[in-house]
Amino acid sequence: MQQINLPMSDEIVRGLRVGEPVLLSGIMLTGRDTVHKWMIDTFIKKTRPVQGDDQEVYEAILPLLEGGVIYHCGPVVAGLETGDYRFVAAGPTTSIREEPYQGDVMRHFKIKGVIGKGGMGPKTLAACQEVPGTYLHAVGGAASLIAQTVERVLGVYKLEFGVPEAMWVIQVKDFPVVVTMDSHGGSLHAEIEAKSAKVLEELLARA
Amino acid sequence: MQDLSAHLLELIRLASTDLPPDVEAALQQATQQEETGSAARGALETILKNVDLSRQNSTPICQDTGTPIFYIYHPAGWSTRQLRAQIETAVAEATRLSYLRPNSVDSLTGKNSGNNLGGKHFPSLHFEEVEGDRLTIELMLKGGGCENVGAQYALPDSRLSAGRDLSGVRKAVLDAVHKAQGKGCAPGILGIAIGGDRGSSYLASKEVLYRDLDEANPDPELEQLEEQLTTEANELGIGPMGFGGKTTLLGAQITSLNRLPASFFVSVSYMCWAYRRRKMTWQNGQVSYS
Repeated sequence: MQQINLPMSDEIVRGLRVGEPVLLSGIMLTGRDTVHKWMIDTFIKKTRPVQGDDQEVYEAILPLLEGGVIYHCGPVVAGLETGDYRFVAAGPTTSIREEPYQGDVMRHFKIKGVIGKGGMGPKTLAACQEVPGTYLHAVGGAASLIAQTVERVLGVYKLEFGVPEAMWVIQVKDFPVVVTMDSHGGSLHAEIEAKSAKVLEELLARA
Repeated sequence: MQDLSAHLLELIRLASTDLPPDVEAALQQATQQEETGSAARGALETILKNVDLSRQNSTPICQDTGTPIFYIYHPAGWSTRQLRAQIETAVAEATRLSYLRPNSVDSLTGKNSGNNLGGKHFPSLHFEEVEGDRLTIELMLKGGGCENVGAQYALPDSRLSAGRDLSGVRKAVLDAVHKAQGKGCAPGILGIAIGGDRGSSYLASKEVLYRDLDEANPDPELEQLEEQLTTEANELGIGPMGFGGKTTLLGAQITSLNRLPASFFVSVSYMCWAYRRRKMTWQNGQVSYS
């Protein structure tokens, strides 16, 4: 199985194809609904003024995201009272909710990998071809198992968004994913959707 | 009245970390059916490993510990107000102990309460007085990913050529499974309610999910439809996680309720493979869990 250290080069990304299992190691950032909206509103479309620690956080996450990976995950975290954080359960959340934002976020931050579950749509697939980037599918619900690949929690930004919605900076070792959308326009999700649509049509015609 | 908070905490811990045996058995069976070396089989093997690990380490099976949905069947004379307070205490403590993720968010401000409490609908509590001296509390944890792919149809539906009969119900449900793809963490389990109003119908589609997977539907016609729907949904080939494969559903549970002459709703609650539900029984001061 291919092992990839983060951040990823364009060459590595271009070499990944749909169906390939990969183990990721290095530093990544979690980010889901609130984070994507915050990025778009504050720094990409700029419909919301920069405020509070926004600028400071933005500058801190830029180098973490360039060539790196964003993980759609709202973890269960222990040590909230002491600040000695530890991931207890950390599987992927459904990615499609970030479809309106993801492509622009990838382009802006030069993100090369998006980890989540359930797959994403044509806008993200287009960004994967341009940036280049790839969508990496983790097993949904496998939260205890995936949390064991998180060696350390290095920090957290925007904890005021709530534990699930904050940006957690984590160091992972052999984090297991499967490439389901690649930088060549391949999408397992589009393929399964189309195949199952045909079967559905047949089933609906049956009775 | 006895303070059941500690027992309720144990009920929550069990629900979050220890998958019920009927679900685990169904996942094991599904694994055997998928081809060796396929992504589908790989996903199911990972799922089973995770189920084991969560049980051993007492950590949440899934990080989305969902909406805690409690059904409380209490004998006459119990204070539902006190039971509510005890459940809330246990829920907050379970959150502090990382059995639950803080999941209760104010819809207007976006603020997470941090302890899974908030308003009278979070957690979701349903009280019912029953005969006898036994208190039964059932808990289901239903995650957001699968809740988001639930669907409600008003028949007839001309797009699906679905009329107001079981054949129409079948078409609506298959459409819902197709729309869900792998997004609800397939292989899923469907709770289906036929009839009711929009509210009661959705509620009944969740209530039916408290049934055991191997428990036969009391109505033979619905039992037959449950089997047919599971088989046909699996023909869609969506598979575990939407990777493609033979197992899209582990099962379906159907119930029906009276409706208005004008309405014919079909409500589908999609439950992810992490079908977390546990029961606690209290009688004469003795507590047991299943």
